[in-house]
Amino acid sequence: MFDNAAMKRTRRLRAIKDQLARQGIVVGGMVVIVAVMLIFFYLLWEVLPLFRGASMDVVHRQPLPQVHAATRFLSVEEQRDVGFRLDESGRATFIGVRDGRLISEQQLPHAARLQVVARADAASDLLGIGYDDGRILLANQVYRTTYPNDVKTVTGTLEYPYGEEPVALGETAVLALGLRDTSSALTLIAGFADGRLAVQTFSKRTNFMTGAVSLRPAAALQWQGNGHVPQGIWIDADARFAFVLYTEGLIYAYDLESPTKVPQEALLPSGRTITASSMLLGGISLLVGDSSGSISQWFMVRDGDNRYRLSRIRKLKLDSAAIVAIRPEQRRKGFVATDAAGNLALFNTTVERVALKQAMGEGVIQNIAISPRGDGLFWQGANGELSFAEVHNEHGDVSWSALWDKVWYENYDGPQYIWQSSASSNDFEPKYSLMPLSFGTLKAAFYAMLLATPLAICGAIFTAYFMAPALRTFIKPTIELMEALPTVILGFLAGLWLAPLIETTLPGIFSVLLVTPVCIVAAAYAWSRLPRRIRHRVPDGWEPLLLVPVIVLAVMVPLSLSGWMEITFFGGDVRLWLDQEMGIPFDQRNALVVGFAMGFAVIPTIFSIAEDALFAVPKHLTFGSLALGATPWQTLMRVVLPTASPGIFSAVMIGFGRAVGETMIVLMATGNTPIMSGNIFEGLRTLSANIAVELAESEVASTHFRILFLAALVLFLFTFVFNTTAELIRHRLRRKYGSL
Amino acid sequence: MIASKQKSVLQWVRDGSPWVWLNAGAVTISMLMVLGLLIYIMGKGMVHFWPHDIVDFEYRQDDGAVVRMIGEVHDHEEVTAARLRDLGETPPAGVDVVGRHLIKTGNRDVAGLDFTWVLDYRMGEWHTPHDLVLLERREWGNFYGRVIAITEDGHKIAEGEAAWSELQARLQRSGELFSRIRDIERGDIGAINYELERLRLKQKRLEIDGELDDAAKQLLDAERSSLDAQYQILIVQLESLYAQLNRDSVVMQTASGEERSIALGRIVMAARPNALSLPEKLVFYAKKLWEFVSDEPREANTEGGIFPAIFGTVAMVFLMTLLVTPLGVIAAVYLREYASQGFVTRLVRISVNNLAGVPSIVYGVFGLGFFVYFLGGSIDELFYPESAPAPMFGSPGLLWASLTLALLTLPVVIVATEEGLTRIPKALREGSLALGATKAETLWRVVLPMSSPAIMTGIILAIARAAGEVAPLMLVGVVKLAPTLPLDANYPFMHLERKFMHMGFHIYDVGFQSPNVEAARPLVYATSFLLVLVIGLLNLAAIYIRNRLRENTKALEH
Repeated sequence: MFDNAAMKRTRRLRAIKDQLARQGIVVGGMVVIVAVMLIFFYLLWEVLPLFRGASMDVVHRQPLPQVHAATRFLSVEEQRDVGFRLDESGRATFIGVRDGRLISEQQLPHAARLQVVARADAASDLLGIGYDDGRILLANQVYRTTYPNDVKTVTGTLEYPYGEEPVALGETAVLALGLRDTSSALTLIAGFADGRLAVQTFSKRTNFMTGAVSLRPAAALQWQGNGHVPQGIWIDADARFAFVLYTEGLIYAYDLESPTKVPQEALLPSGRTITASSMLLGGISLLVGDSSGSISQWFMVRDGDNRYRLSRIRKLKLDSAAIVAIRPEQRRKGFVATDAAGNLALFNTTVERVALKQAMGEGVIQNIAISPRGDGLFWQGANGELSFAEVHNEHGDVSWSALWDKVWYENYDGPQYIWQSSASSNDFEPKYSLMPLSFGTLKAAFYAMLLATPLAICGAIFTAYFMAPALRTFIKPTIELMEALPTVILGFLAGLWLAPLIETTLPGIFSVLLVTPVCIVAAAYAWSRLPRRIRHRVPDGWEPLLLVPVIVLAVMVPLSLSGWMEITFFGGDVRLWLDQEMGIPFDQRNALVVGFAMGFAVIPTIFSIAEDALFAVPKHLTFGSLALGATPWQTLMRVVLPTASPGIFSAVMIGFGRAVGETMIVLMATGNTPIMSGNIFEGLRTLSANIAVELAESEVASTHFRILFLAALVLFLFTFVFNTTAELIRHRLRRKYGSL
Repeated sequence: MIASKQKSVLQWVRDGSPWVWLNAGAVTISMLMVLGLLIYIMGKGMVHFWPHDIVDFEYRQDDGAVVRMIGEVHDHEEVTAARLRDLGETPPAGVDVVGRHLIKTGNRDVAGLDFTWVLDYRMGEWHTPHDLVLLERREWGNFYGRVIAITEDGHKIAEGEAAWSELQARLQRSGELFSRIRDIERGDIGAINYELERLRLKQKRLEIDGELDDAAKQLLDAERSSLDAQYQILIVQLESLYAQLNRDSVVMQTASGEERSIALGRIVMAARPNALSLPEKLVFYAKKLWEFVSDEPREANTEGGIFPAIFGTVAMVFLMTLLVTPLGVIAAVYLREYASQGFVTRLVRISVNNLAGVPSIVYGVFGLGFFVYFLGGSIDELFYPESAPAPMFGSPGLLWASLTLALLTLPVVIVATEEGLTRIPKALREGSLALGATKAETLWRVVLPMSSPAIMTGIILAIARAAGEVAPLMLVGVVKLAPTLPLDANYPFMHLERKFMHMGFHIYDVGFQSPNVEAARPLVYATSFLLVLVIGLLNLAAIYIRNRLRENTKALEH
């Protein structure tokens, strides 16, 4: 009677519904779980490009427009559309780098043979052109973008901001030229065949009506050099030092503030000759390429006596053939170099990284230019072809070792760990060391654990083992409620209430930490001396309530005596005393404040898990021990604790994981200063706070952005590994209890 | 051997009593810390709205000149004389510790500062005269002083005691005018602007799709000009309202005797706290409290209420709950009921469990990168090309914040639901199946209803966690001041792409980024207290439900 058609239909419908539900739930469940796992892979996906090498694709090759005159200078403009070439006959051509069409052509106003072309700075378009009649012409490359008929068109011209009349620094050919253009002055240094160096400084004058800048000769002098023709002459960004390089491996550093002084000398290792040189972006570092294929970075380092010394900072190796050309990038501390074996390589000095190394197979590349964004190369091969390649090197300014090792940054007197991700100027050297942040993270977690671990574990022991059940049902939820307390509130209290309190009552705070345990023991002893009838009024397991007045007193009394202690022992001002007598700097928002606030946040986590572990120890074990005559304390130490210790350990690990990832408390309770100092009275910056502060402002997909993602990934992995380990330990413990 | 009733010290130490007591001390300290904190926040937060007395005293300045000061006493502390000397003060010789009071003197437009520390030994006697008036202004903070006169269009209307009652009456009128102006500016003109923006986007959209012909253009222009006409009418109305609002002024005298004229349109409320009786103070307190939860913030969030922050928190949490509940329950049901209980499932379970321990900021980073830039950016490209370059969904907003927090709280819901599912006795499930129900029917009719308290617990815990979380929100959608609520009268009413305000972030922002921290501090305490209260209640509810659930399942097992 159940097998009629209607019933069959119903059954089929039910079966279909069942199947649908099954499939829906399976798919839905899997999707949710995959989505959760996606976090890890997404972070990884954002981070990976950081460590990928650079690549280049040649876009266009063309034969040279004029075969007769040798190329003296090449460059590419920002949009990577137009290239510029200057040859020795004084012909300036603007060429489309992607299609080879001629955009414009002009002849320099001074009719003589070009000897040398110098760029005022890695990122400047001002050129100094030295002729064989001892004259120097200043010319500016100017690019304009227009939209005729809605098509973007870039055109280029050479302009002469200081007039078409060249400056004469000598009568013979200018063989080496250094040029520096600062906001107030322009400095030229020319080297001649007899080894003489002519220095000419111009002061700049701005016409207030037209805004035009004119040059007025300010100072001129001559240096003897070492009698040879220099390989290169470079002037630093402030026009303070001039570096003259000689092929035989000698560098002279002249001080332009006292130009008559004998220059400092620096030498390359013997047997090496200088074959190429350049200044890095920013005009601080000198790059010296030698015959052995290495490129060294040099800058003036201030020593203890406030004197500058030209020092070799680091060495980068291309290959074994002599370096031919070095051209700096215009936005980063990177450069491109070519060697005599026809290799080409992209480097970054800060992170000591070779982003790309390629054998070009077209002979020695003498002339090469890198586009302002570092995303294009334009060069002339030995066969006379002009080529353009797109370069993908977005993250050349980071490397795994630079993130974790000490790095010698420009203007510093030695290698250091520094996090400084942004600054106002374009030629800033970003300092991405994750060490100070990781150190700060661990420091904050350490001080938090210092407070939280003893309190939470001791509290858990008492609650699980000694406490009266009636009290326990109240205490446990209350302490667990702490865990739900928004950390932003703890951070706010720590920053605006606790930090000033600690600052004003520092002696009191430290006495509280010392006095409280002593008071507890003393009160306990006094209690044990009381007559029995009083003692028996309070049943076992209610001791915490008895201690309330004791602890309140142990906190209030030292705090109110703090002023007195400060006057008596510390001359009335602890901060001053710490700083002057002990040499310990004191910040108002420091690790001690974080220790208290974050310790407070971690206590419930540790307490709750440890208490569960202790409470779950099978009762027959403790009863057995007690029955054999052990005191409760002995039972606890010898039976309960050893059994529950893995659980307690995992509680501490989970607490530590929470302290490491906590953001709001450290953000608000520390000064967020990324320093590496274990001093409890100084601030810190953690990985998480750093992300919160910087991520919203960082440019999407930039190196900085990806490094912050890396910081998040590090946090993720760290806490995930910690928690998983803790979880596995607890699983094993649970199985052990089961078998007992 | 004499049997002693009491143990010797050595014995006392040896049997571990000091350690037991130290452990007890740890419990006491933890408890005192929690309760102390809660009481401290409650006290600080709730006292703020109570009308404080305004004190009037003489103060001797550095140069020996004596000035009168009036203001509210906010804080008191003791400082050592040495510290004061470091600050450049010259406390009298022979004194080691000096007391000082923090006085809120208000009148920021007159004095430049509205809080000053005054040294006790320079202070004269305190008076609390009844005629001292507190004016709460829309700008420049509070004003303390005495009422001299009321003027209407520059003519004196009332003086002395009569001026006070006149002031109250006229404040009533100016308050009504002000709220009408605000309604027009925010509501009507806001709606017109919103419509105009929609028309602009519509036109651009048509342009992009190549469908912008003359007919469409005319239609858009017609709509635009009708909106323009409405706008002109409103502007005329506003002008007349503003003229009425600025009619009256009150002339006030500051502590130093200087006279100031303040337009009534700039005043929120006037009170004489010293003259209030207890019931009046209670009314004052209730009013201030209501203003706090129902009003908008003023003066860079340091005055007024936090209604937008409460609203934003609730909206975000509500949306998050809508998202997390089905996802969490489906995942838990899958893991417990459908997936084969092997090694992989155990691994997944442990991983999900541990995701709860992953720092919240990591979720924020993921939310910003994946939801905002990747998903939001793609949505903008596909569906809102007309709004470029301004992002619609490609910038942080309510939807992304809710999604991020849903992900963050997903483990909580999954774990709680799974726990509920495991607690259901096998017999019940088998009974249902034996009666011929399919697995889906068993799940829907037996298992899920029975585990609903567990699911509820999970959801409540998720809400409690989400309401208190700030770090990820800073990256995915919270702002210090949102001009508009995510829910309003303009189509489509719910604006998921909008940024919103949040109580937790409000605490961070006002406490740490505000230019006038001292003035903002009481409000931050009040906000903290409200947040703690909400989260505490949610957690207590969860604990209560969990305990009930345990009892119920226990009853089933027997």
